[in-house]
Amino acid sequence: MTATTENPETAAAGSRGSQPPVPPGAITITLRIRRFNPEVDEEPTWQSFEVPALPSDRVLNLLHYVKWYLDGSLTFRRSCAHGICGSDAMRINGVNRLACKVLVKDLLSGGGKATTITMEPIKGLPVHKDLLVDMEPFFEAFRAVKPYLMTTGHEPTRERIQSAADRARFDDTTKCILCACCTTSCPVYWTEGSYFGPAAIVNAHRFIFDSRDEGAEERLDILNDVDGVWRCRTTFNCTDACPRGIQVTKAIQEVKRALLFKRV
Amino acid sequence: MSTLDLAAPRSPQRRSARRSNFELYSWLFMRLSGLLLVVLVLGHLFIMNILDGGVHKINFAFVAGRWSSPFWQFWDLSMLWLAQLHGGNGLRTVINDYARKDATRFWLKILLYVSMVLIVSLGTFVIFTFNPNISG
Repeated sequence: MTATTENPETAAAGSRGSQPPVPPGAITITLRIRRFNPEVDEEPTWQSFEVPALPSDRVLNLLHYVKWYLDGSLTFRRSCAHGICGSDAMRINGVNRLACKVLVKDLLSGGGKATTITMEPIKGLPVHKDLLVDMEPFFEAFRAVKPYLMTTGHEPTRERIQSAADRARFDDTTKCILCACCTTSCPVYWTEGSYFGPAAIVNAHRFIFDSRDEGAEERLDILNDVDGVWRCRTTFNCTDACPRGIQVTKAIQEVKRALLFKRV
Repeated sequence: MSTLDLAAPRSPQRRSARRSNFELYSWLFMRLSGLLLVVLVLGHLFIMNILDGGVHKINFAFVAGRWSSPFWQFWDLSMLWLAQLHGGNGLRTVINDYARKDATRFWLKILLYVSMVLIVSLGTFVIFTFNPNISG
């Protein structure tokens, strides 16, 4: 397979060199990647790569193929590659997904037509390079809701126990892996970066509704502000984007309800 | 020793919460006024456009007859106020969401508030001072 790069001489820079044998049953996929090199480019540009792929491959495998064999300068984050660490959130065919959780067979165009997969960095955060974004504004909002256990009084000598029913109230929001898929799918966050965003509210929800925590009022105060939950327009992009299946919009509505009725 | 331009680690970048319930109340107001407006506006449209020959019956005498009753005065007044506040608050959130510069946001909001005050005061003034015995 060959890369359709503008500059073929530098295309293989940093890559592993000779390409591996194409497995039987592989099809050729066109990867259209939104690329940006801050040292050279003024604006991001699109670049296409032809990559052999099995239907059972993950989209992350295609990115690996490009980086290892076609163009070593392609930059993206990934760590565990199994949907746990939340590093490889990106816009795949226009929706926020983890590249390691999307299978090629789910993106194939029907009727034997050639398949093109577009990959962009997640929106609303500054792009450092290619698919790599600056996550700091995202984590700043996360830290601002105080996502840790807050208690008063003496530390108990035993573990802090809780009934199964109390635990179930915030079970959904404990699943967050901070991949930023939800926050960067939110149209309000795209234009107004000071909005806390769905992920921060989900992580506030995880402690607000925890019977062992005593900081609910403080967190509700933080989220009652102009950049808090009232900015949510219930577009449900976040719920659709969450790779962990968290009912994000529902969690935001529960925080609104707690504020409205002054009851957790 | 030169001073660094970096913020201290973990220094708060965000303004602390203002402990104001304004956003909560404006959110709640949108829901409640929306419900009321469904009744008021649909009722208004039904009376004006469908009942008794519809829009063709509306003339000076028809309006004068309606506004001689405190009930319709109150109906139109609440419709005016609720629609202005509901629409104005909606536009305020749109401006907050979409204005990219603080100056743009500020001036758009000033324009919005001025127009709201103008329309509400003019409408209220007309409803309360309407004189059916106009001559010449």
